[in-house]
Amino acid sequence: MIKPLLDWLDHRTGYRKIAHEALYENVPGGARWRYVWGSTLTFALVIQVITGVFLWLSYSASSQTAWESVYYIEDEMTLGWLVRGLHHFTAQAMIVLLVLHLMQVLIDGAYKAPRELNFWTGLILLLLVLALSLTGYLLPWDQKGYWASRVVTNLVGVVPFIGDGLRRLVVGGNDFGNLTLTRFLAIHAGVLPGLIFLLITGHIYLFRRHGITPKQPLKKRDAAFWPDQVLMDSVACLAVLAAVLFFVLRFHGAELGAPADASTPFPAARPEWYYLPLYQFLKYFPGTTEIWGAIIIPVLVLVFLFAMPFIGRWKLGHRFNIGFVCALLAGGVLLGYLAVNEDQHNERYQLAVVQSNRDAERVQVLAQSPKGIPPEGAVTLLADDPFTQGPRLFAQNCASCHRYGGSDALGAKLDATKESASDLKGFASREWLTGLLNPATVDSLHYFGGTKFKDGDMVDFVKKKLADPSPEKKMQMDKVIAAVSAEAGLPAQRSADQRDADLIVEGRQLLRTQISCTDCHQFQQPDSTAIAPDLTSYGSRDWLVAFLNDPAHTRFYGKDNDHMPSFGKQGRLNAHDIGLLADWLRGDWYEPDGNAKP
Amino acid sequence: MKKACCVAIGGVLGAVPVASGVALYLDPLLRNSSGNFNGVKVRVTTLEALPEDGVPRRFPILASRVDAWTKTAESPIGAVYLLRTKDAQKPVKAYNVICPHAGCFVDYVPALPEAASGQPGYFCPCHNSTFKLDGSIAGQSSPAPRGLDELECSIENSNEVWVQFQNFQAGTADKVPLGA
Repeated sequence: MIKPLLDWLDHRTGYRKIAHEALYENVPGGARWRYVWGSTLTFALVIQVITGVFLWLSYSASSQTAWESVYYIEDEMTLGWLVRGLHHFTAQAMIVLLVLHLMQVLIDGAYKAPRELNFWTGLILLLLVLALSLTGYLLPWDQKGYWASRVVTNLVGVVPFIGDGLRRLVVGGNDFGNLTLTRFLAIHAGVLPGLIFLLITGHIYLFRRHGITPKQPLKKRDAAFWPDQVLMDSVACLAVLAAVLFFVLRFHGAELGAPADASTPFPAARPEWYYLPLYQFLKYFPGTTEIWGAIIIPVLVLVFLFAMPFIGRWKLGHRFNIGFVCALLAGGVLLGYLAVNEDQHNERYQLAVVQSNRDAERVQVLAQSPKGIPPEGAVTLLADDPFTQGPRLFAQNCASCHRYGGSDALGAKLDATKESASDLKGFASREWLTGLLNPATVDSLHYFGGTKFKDGDMVDFVKKKLADPSPEKKMQMDKVIAAVSAEAGLPAQRSADQRDADLIVEGRQLLRTQISCTDCHQFQQPDSTAIAPDLTSYGSRDWLVAFLNDPAHTRFYGKDNDHMPSFGKQGRLNAHDIGLLADWLRGDWYEPDGNAKP
Repeated sequence: MKKACCVAIGGVLGAVPVASGVALYLDPLLRNSSGNFNGVKVRVTTLEALPEDGVPRRFPILASRVDAWTKTAESPIGAVYLLRTKDAQKPVKAYNVICPHAGCFVDYVPALPEAASGQPGYFCPCHNSTFKLDGSIAGQSSPAPRGLDELECSIENSNEVWVQFQNFQAGTADKVPLGA
């Protein structure tokens, strides 16, 4: 049944002859492991085409949808993480395999006449694969890909005479945006794979035309490609797949950073590991010599690689070629090591990586929130998120005087002796107020110690009136603290406030009577004689927004305000940012389980 | 004659799709407006928001932005460092935060590396370019080909800080405006 059908097919196509030629090519000296690299590369490329097409089926190239669609593939779609992970890690494996293939060709002398053309097509293929990885790096439109790609396109601009025009063509305008993505995708998924397909066809054709360059001396008799070499190639491909799968499972897919944001600096920007040597190399070219590091020397190295078949003709040329490429690889490893080593000892970079991971995790939490991703894109999720923006705003606007848990809120340790205002971690919480009303700590740097209120009425009151309290007074103070703290309505204290509702009512009474807070503070009713900040809804969102807007208002410190800028009134921060800062200080942001923790 | 005709027809057959496609691809070179949001005058902040001791502060530049087919009103298109000077004629200076080396954001640091003076300045986290507070190159090994790009800055209505915001080509010793 099958045979007549195949006979018919063979008569029309001649496939048996083609299959025979493909499978029964002579392998001089028999199958060997050293010949597997070309096949593993072809296999890796096939994986890339298959996974790439499936990714493409769900990818949407625009500033508002690129990250979003990749997130959707990675986190929501069935086995999306696996497909994207395979694509990501096979791309990395290809670089390793390219180097191994090149070294094998070089050591076996397979680049020399009559195989020059085959060698050159191979080198061009190597460059095309590198270009694939550069263009693919941008497509997820996350911070890392965005900033790293900006550097690359700016380097394109360094090319003499045509650089700027070339850069604008690559970018699709002056700045990264929609057209950058559409162009990168078309090049990544259409132009480059098309060229690679053509060149690989030529590469394999030429390889078959000239045959394997056997490693002398031949150890065994000649054999056909099928089945010995095919088996070895298959085992090698299986090993490649296993290695790739190991990484895919280990990292559960591929990394996806926070969405690209042109207005948020990204100090953690680094290229993929195989570009680190070039990245490090650039650091050594000061001023206008950059073109040497970015263009001239890399091009000269390429020219040398292309010239190797000619150099190999000389007596010592072959050894020189091998030595040169080994030196090149060793230099690459050294530069890569220097880049990694420098970053490991760079505290700012380490903090930036922590920040970058925090943003990446956070945006996924927000994307999965009931609100989801709005049409303007996921970048707005982080821009409107107190948990993300609060620490940044604090570090930039508050940390020159205040601290947040001893740091600038982004993790950078600051000089404790220069703390000239209170530490705001847990502001208005019971714990924070307990420290404020403790004679031992009220004048520490954590509270009023660095301010002009160090010797003020409040410190005086706490030190004199609250020192060595009787058990009864201590209980009264706990109630007052619970009452003042309840004014804030902090999300983290919601259940405690509900539980202690009766105590809080007593506390409100006490702060007006025995504890006499209202001698100086206004509380719940207008008091024109008040000289200290209003305790009505103290620490609530409205209170904090009004305070940040103008702490020198009579409701707060009035003319006694100590250096604290009127952020809103002076136009230093807009209402949006003040709101974010207030929400963050209160620990009020979205959490999947509903419990934010400051 | 027939051969010449074949060549000519072949040329036309190929030229129509190729030439029109290439023209489409070259569009970003043929128009200035694509992604061009340079040279906008923007009110950035007020004088009171700038520390009097001359420490620079970073501010976003908010303006309308065109990204091919999308137009966004009031979105961040870049950022500047503003700092006060002692010069009464020019009380505020403005610098584009983009590193003229390869286009990363530079950071203000209270102390540059020792080789680059150890003084306060700007540091690029990508390739370690260093700049003094006045924007000039700080360290000899700094990879940037020129100092930070200073922008025109004026004080209007007694305390409003306005900046003529513009981006410049990276990697060149000359300050070449983008999209000009």
